[in-house]
Amino acid sequence: MREQTKQTLRDGAAAAWPICLGYFPIGLALGVLTQKAGLPWWAMALMSVMVFAGSAQFICIAMLTAKASIPAIIMTTFVINLRHMLMSSALAVHLSGVSRRFLALYSYGVTDESFAVNMTRFREGGWDHRRALVVNQLANTAWFLATLAGTLIGQFIPQGAFGIDYALTGMFICLLVFQLQDRICIITGLLAAAIAVAWYLMIPGDSYIVGASMSAATLGYVLKRRYRRGK
Amino acid sequence: MSFTDYLFLFAGMGLVTYLPRALPLLYLTHKQLPQWLVDWLSLIPVAILSALLAPTLFTDSATHSFDLGKPELLVAIPTLIFALKTRSLGGTVLVGMLLYWLAGMII
Repeated sequence: MREQTKQTLRDGAAAAWPICLGYFPIGLALGVLTQKAGLPWWAMALMSVMVFAGSAQFICIAMLTAKASIPAIIMTTFVINLRHMLMSSALAVHLSGVSRRFLALYSYGVTDESFAVNMTRFREGGWDHRRALVVNQLANTAWFLATLAGTLIGQFIPQGAFGIDYALTGMFICLLVFQLQDRICIITGLLAAAIAVAWYLMIPGDSYIVGASMSAATLGYVLKRRYRRGK
Repeated sequence: MSFTDYLFLFAGMGLVTYLPRALPLLYLTHKQLPQWLVDWLSLIPVAILSALLAPTLFTDSATHSFDLGKPELLVAIPTLIFALKTRSLGGTVLVGMLLYWLAGMII
């Protein structure tokens, strides 16, 4: 293996490990639920490869347990994962000029977590699409293994050991801190938090993620333009 | 359900998961984006991270109500300070886990 490739893999792994760690408790929990819902282990494996989307997978299992129809589950998955459209659009700014073939592969691994990690790295500089793809695929591998382990041995693993359930929350807190570059970012973040909480409490479902982030970004953008003009 | 049923279900779910991720990337990366869109998109990461986190910290998902006493929130404060001081992602994840683990033993 060439030295450059090795370095790319090393950098990707250094960025991806908090995601992989955080995926374990969630993947195990999903595996246990899936097994309890009566799905065979190979269905779990097939699902984690074909649908790499944690929250949609949880809802799928809940809907299968409630005997929902296949079109209803597919529609729900679509709605839940619409938020990734927003993330892909934001990532596009950093991936301009990358070949369509590469992007077709890259798109498979765009999740909340890989988006947050890669966006931060791109912003800091010294990051490229290959390193970003390594992050996506390592996260996918960890997810696959964790969900599969959940169906096979999940029931024998004690829950909540070493605070591992907090890994992704801790990661998101730190990535949020990295994003707070100036006053406009801080205001946008606070607005998004307030709107998300209010939206979540008033409207059932997951629409608060897209709703709050788009409204807060728009308000932040308007403020930024006012501020610029005022100077 | 049979193997074919599962295959059909997961293929459908996979498709509707993949397309929203792929289409903006395939389309937007090969276009010159207007400045207003770039500016707006630059605020999307902070907004999404905040929107993903806030309900976890400030609401109780079981009762669907506002809650300022969750261990997730209490642990988030020192975790946030640690992140601000050190700017270390790995360190913050481990400190958050440790504090959450300790909080679980105390509460």
